[in-house]
Amino acid sequence: MTAIRVNGKTHELQDVSEETPLLWVLRDHLGLTGTKYGCGISECGACTVHVDGQAVQSCVTLLSEIGDSEVTTIEGLSEDGSHPVQKAWKELNVPQCGYCQVGQLMMAAAMLKSTPNPSDDDIDAEMWNICRCGTYPRIRAAIKAAAKEMNQ
Amino acid sequence: MKTNVDCPEPASRYSRRTFIKAASAGSLVLMGRMARGQEAGLTNAAETDVDSFAPDYFVAIAPDGTVTCLAHRSEMGTGIRTGLPRVIADELGADWQRVEIQQAIGDKRLGDQNTDGSNSIRFFFDRMRIAGATARTMLEQAAAKKWGVPAKDCYAEMHQVKHRNSNRMLGFGDLVATAKTLAVPPQSELQFKPRSQWKYIGKDAPIVDLDDIVTGKAVFGIDARMDNQLFAVIARPPVVGGKVEKVNSAAAKKIPGVVEVVQIPGFEGAPLFQALGGVAVCATSTWAAWQGRDALEIQWDDGPNADYNTAEFAKLLTQSARKPGQVLRAVGNTKRELAQSENRFSADYSVPHLSHAPMEPTCAVADVQVDATNGKITRCHILAATQNPQAVQEAVGAALGIEQGEVLVNVTLLGSGFGRKSKPDYCVEAALLSRQLARPVHVTWTREDDLQHDYYHAISAMHLEAAIDSQGMPKAWLQRAAYPTIDSTFNAASDVPAAWEAEMGHTDLPFDIPNMSLEVGSAKSHVRIGWLRSVCHIQQNFAVSSFADELAHLADEDPFQYLLKLLGPDRHMDLKAANLANRGASEEDYPCDIGRLKNVLRRVAKDSNWNGRSELPKGRGMGIACARSFLGYTGHVVEVSVDRDGTLHIPNVWVSLDAGTIVCPDRVRAQVEGAAIMATTQARYGKITFTNGRADQTNYDSYQMVKMADTPKNIHIDVVDSEAAPAGVGETGIASYAPALCNAIFAATGKRIRDLPIADHDLSWA
Repeated sequence: MTAIRVNGKTHELQDVSEETPLLWVLRDHLGLTGTKYGCGISECGACTVHVDGQAVQSCVTLLSEIGDSEVTTIEGLSEDGSHPVQKAWKELNVPQCGYCQVGQLMMAAAMLKSTPNPSDDDIDAEMWNICRCGTYPRIRAAIKAAAKEMNQ
Repeated sequence: MKTNVDCPEPASRYSRRTFIKAASAGSLVLMGRMARGQEAGLTNAAETDVDSFAPDYFVAIAPDGTVTCLAHRSEMGTGIRTGLPRVIADELGADWQRVEIQQAIGDKRLGDQNTDGSNSIRFFFDRMRIAGATARTMLEQAAAKKWGVPAKDCYAEMHQVKHRNSNRMLGFGDLVATAKTLAVPPQSELQFKPRSQWKYIGKDAPIVDLDDIVTGKAVFGIDARMDNQLFAVIARPPVVGGKVEKVNSAAAKKIPGVVEVVQIPGFEGAPLFQALGGVAVCATSTWAAWQGRDALEIQWDDGPNADYNTAEFAKLLTQSARKPGQVLRAVGNTKRELAQSENRFSADYSVPHLSHAPMEPTCAVADVQVDATNGKITRCHILAATQNPQAVQEAVGAALGIEQGEVLVNVTLLGSGFGRKSKPDYCVEAALLSRQLARPVHVTWTREDDLQHDYYHAISAMHLEAAIDSQGMPKAWLQRAAYPTIDSTFNAASDVPAAWEAEMGHTDLPFDIPNMSLEVGSAKSHVRIGWLRSVCHIQQNFAVSSFADELAHLADEDPFQYLLKLLGPDRHMDLKAANLANRGASEEDYPCDIGRLKNVLRRVAKDSNWNGRSELPKGRGMGIACARSFLGYTGHVVEVSVDRDGTLHIPNVWVSLDAGTIVCPDRVRAQVEGAAIMATTQARYGKITFTNGRADQTNYDSYQMVKMADTPKNIHIDVVDSEAAPAGVGETGIASYAPALCNAIFAATGKRIRDLPIADHDLSWA
C-alpha cells in the first residue's frame, strides 16, 4: 500500500503499481478528473500539476517518484476558483473547448511564483502547453492580468 | 422573420421528465440525474408534467421561474451552449441570470444535431426565436387571462409580464400554471422582437461553462463514468482494412488490473463509422489497460492497403491533376484559349494528409443492457464526447442490431472536435465491448491511436494554368484538383472528388474570367478520409489564392489591387448557372455576394496598412487573400518576419470577417483567433505520411503543433456589422489564412511555397 498527499489530504492507494504515472493515479484511482491526458509523453502540458509547488507533467511522473511530496491539482489550486489566474482566465473569457486550460492554469500559476512579472519572452519559454483551439493570445493576456493583480 | 430551415411546430405538451432541470446553471449534468429524465423522453415525449410549462422542446419554465433551455448542439469550444440559449432568452424576455442550460440527448425530434459544417447558428437562429416567442406569447396570454385584459396590452420583460396600462406585473413563475392550460399558438401568429430591442443577441457574455472549466469540474468524454465500468485501450490494425491473424494475450492478462482481453472484428466494405477492429484490453484503470495493450503480441494481416506510401502517392496525385479531368464547371473555351495563348503560366500545389488531433482524444463509455429472460439487447446507454449524438444512435444501433431509438446518448463537453468527433467509431467500440463484457466499458484512445487511426484530411494536388493577356490579367483559367474523396469512407468505389467537396474553394471560384475550366481528377483512397475543420478549403483556397498572388507578381502588380480586378464588378454570382449547391442555402438569403467579398478585402487592406508594406525591410513581408467559405466572407493579411537563417515569425495577422448577423461577438472573435492559429499549425507543420499503410507520426512530437512561442503575436480582428442572415464562423476563418501566410513569405524572401508544410522548405536568405 502506498500513500500520497494530494491537495492537503493523504490518500491510501491499494493495488496501485508504483510504476503508474501520477496522471492515472489522480484520474482513475482518486477520481480527480480535472487533470487531463493529452499525449502521455510530456509534449502538451495538459496533465500539469504542482509537486511541492513546481509544475510537473503528471503523465511522465511515476507514483514512486512522489514520495512525501505534496501534489496540488486544479481541484486544490483554490477553494472556489479564486486564484488570480483563474480570475484572469474568467475575466478574459480565455477558454474555448476548455480541455487544455487546466494544464495551462497550473503551468501559469507555477510560473508566476518564480517569475512574478513575466515578459513576453518568459511566457514564450515557460508556457509550452498545446492548445488546439488557439487561445494563446488570450492566455498571454490573462497571465499578464494575473501578474498585475498578484503584484498589487 | 424568414424561416430558413424546416421547423417543426412546437410540441403542445412536453414532459418535464424529458427535460429534467439541471441542478445548477451552466453545469453539465450527467448520468443519474440526466439519464433518468431523458430515458423517459426517448419513448414518451407527449407525457404531460404537473409542474413545468414547456411549450416547446427547447424551453421550459418551472413554477419558481427558472427557465431551462435545451442545448441540442455539442459544445466543442465554439460557445454554442451559450449562443443558442441566449437567442431563446432574448426572444422570451428572460433574465439571463435565471436561465439554466440542459444538454440534450440525441433525439431526431430536435432537428439536426450534427455540430459540424459551421451550421449551428445558421440552422437554428430562427428556430430558437420561435421557441422563445412561443413561450413569451403564452405567458403574455396567461397574464391577460388572469387580469381580464387584452393580450396585446401585455408584454414580457426581464422575467416578468407587465401590463401597459397599469402597474400590474407577474413573474414568469407565477404564470406557469395558467400558461400550461393554453393552446400553443401557431408560428404564423408569433411576433418577433425587432433587432433594435435585442438584449442578448449581439452582446457579449461569459460562456456558461467558464466556472467549471477553470476549476476542473467540467466533464468531458474522457471523464465520463458509469458504475462498475471497465477502462479499455485497443490495439487496432495498423493498416486500414487489416485483420488480426494471431494474438497472444498471455502477458497482457498478467498485468495487474487487466480483467479481459477481447477481440473486435474488423469491418467489411466501406469503413463508415464502424469499429476498425483489433484487440481490446479491458482493465480497472486506463493505465492497466494501456500496459496490457502494449503487452499484446499480435500478428496482423495488413490487407489491401499495405502498399500505401504517400511519397509515391503524392506523385500520382500530381499526375492526375495534370491530366484532363472531369469538368465540373466551365465558362467559355478554356482549352482553345490556353492553346492559342503565347503567355501561359502554370503551377502545381500540394497539401499532405492532416490529422484532427483534438486535445481530448476520442472517448466514450457505453452500457449495453440485455433482457435476462431471452438474452436480447434491450438498450444501450452512451456518454460520449460527440459532435453528433444522432450519428452515435445510428451507428451503435446498427452495430448492436437494435433500433436507433433504443440507443440513449448523453453528450459531454468535447475537448475540441474539428470534425473528428462527428464520426462515432469509438462509440461503436465501447458498445461492442460492453455487450461482450456485460458491463459498462469506457474506451479511451491514446494520442498514438488518435494520430494513427484518424479519418484523415485528404492528401491533395492541384494544377493551375492561366493564359495571360497583354494587361497581365488571365483570359483563361484552368484549375484541377485530385484528392481521395470523403465519399470513399461511405462508398469504397468512390475515387474522384465529389461536387460538394470541389465547391469548397475550387468550383465556386469567384473570379470574373471569360474562360474557366474547373475540373477534378481521380484518386483512390487507402485510409479513412474525413472532414477536418474547413475541409477542402484547406487545399483548394491555398492553391487558388497562391496562384492569384503568383500572377499578380508576374504582372508586377499590387496583389491586393490584382485580386480586386480578378473579383470583378460587385454582383451576385449566378450559382445555378455555375451548378453550385451553396451548402443547401437559398440564394435569396445567402447569395454569393462579390461586393461583400471585396468589402472584407478592402477592410483588411486598410486595417493592415497594406499600402505601407513597401517600407518593410527585406525579410519582412505581407501577404493577402480572401475567401467565401461556409457562406461567410474573410479577408486575411499576414505579416511575416523571416530571419536570415530562415526562422519564421508572424508578428501580425489581420482578419476581416463578414458572417452576417452575429449572436456572440466575443465567441466569434475567439473562433477567428483560433482559426488563424490552427491554420498556422497546418500550414507550417501539418503533415501525416504513410509508409506501407502505416501512419509515420505517432504523437505531438512528430505531429507538431504551434505553441505560445510560434503563434502569431498579434491577431487583429474586424467583424463587419451586418444584418444579413447568419453565416458560418468556426470554419470560415481558416480558408484564406494559409495562402496569405505563404504569399507573405514570398514577399519577404522571394520563396514561393507551393507544397505544404512550410517546415519542409528552407526559408533562409542572403
